Amino acid sequence: MTPLPVTIAAAIASFLLLVVVFELIRSRRLRERYALLWLLTGVVLLALSLWRGGLNTIAGWFGVETYPPAILGAVGALFFLLVLLHYSTVISRLSDQNVILAQRLALLEQRLREERVSGAGS
Amino acid sequence: MAELATAPAPPADAVVERLAGLRRLAIVPALNEAENVGRVVDELRAFDPGLEVVVIDDASGDGTARIAEEHGAQVVRLPFNLGIGGAVQTGYRYAFEHGFDVAVQVDGDGQHDPAQLPLILGPLLDGEADLVVGSRFAGAGKYRSTATRRIGITIFARVVSAVVRQRVTDTTSGFRAVNRKGIQLFAADYPHDYPEVEATVMCVKHRLRLVEVPVTMRERAGGRSSITAASSIYYMAKVLLAIFVGLFRRDPAPTEDIRP
Repeated sequence: MTPLPVTIAAAIASFLLLVVVFELIRSRRLRERYALLWLLTGVVLLALSLWRGGLNTIAGWFGVETYPPAILGAVGALFFLLVLLHYSTVISRLSDQNVILAQRLALLEQRLREERVSGAGS
Repeated sequence: MAELATAPAPPADAVVERLAGLRRLAIVPALNEAENVGRVVDELRAFDPGLEVVVIDDASGDGTARIAEEHGAQVVRLPFNLGIGGAVQTGYRYAFEHGFDVAVQVDGDGQHDPAQLPLILGPLLDGEADLVVGSRFAGAGKYRSTATRRIGITIFARVVSAVVRQRVTDTTSGFRAVNRKGIQLFAADYPHDYPEVEATVMCVKHRLRLVEVPVTMRERAGGRSSITAASSIYYMAKVLLAIFVGLFRRDPAPTEDIRP
């Protein structure tokens, strides 16, 4: 069975994660679309840490007999991996868009210079 | 309670006449709507020749921008796809910067009939509303949809009605009109991704007056809708989260001089 101090610590940590994410959304420093995965992470970890019997059962499925809270760490790691992967796709999209923006801006500046030169010449 | 206009559409001529002194803009967001956007622009200009039409091309891969231009619309081409929220807000910023008094939002896919603009403009011109939303479910006509979409529509209607303390039947309608106040607010702040539900809540929180009017919408004439079934769960979660968090956010009332 999961030791009680581990349950309490894990529950507090996941609750804090939820509170921080909520506050970041509220103060508009985190967009909802990027917060959903974090919220899911927090909710799952909170549920697993409070639902001690369930954690035991899941640990049994994976043959973890000695120390069920190891499952908490594994699930947490899985979610962090998902979040990181998600961010990699977001960064890739942002850098593509950045290239397009720079190109459009440079072409626009070139067109402005060209028009100023031809305007001055006439 | 929302005042639901039950009167028949005022004659278009009378509404156009009352618009005469106002600078008015139609914002048409369009993504790959080459098949439909020309007709939408034509219909808008036929309804009111003094209505300026700006098509926001959300990085279409087809000839949407070229066709819109050929039909006499101003065209703003976004450098990459911003999604419907970013596209529509571009239109409101255009309206704000060019000093328009009234802006109507009409989808580029042809499902909104410009002949029904008198219904939507009526409460605005009467000074009864700052935001008027054309609702498919407030009475007029019938609307066919899939079961899942109907469930989503019902949930949003319930949640939004509770939050804004006013009966709202159609939260996802993109057929709407705003006055200068609304233009200012949307130019400064507009939700991302799937914006209509949040925009409705935002307006009421900023003490803008919302009125729904019943309209009928047409079936899509051609092309495909950009909302897929796969994205609808994400959509529900994201919008409900945004509304929930919004309840804990203190927003200032819109000031006269909002610089987007």
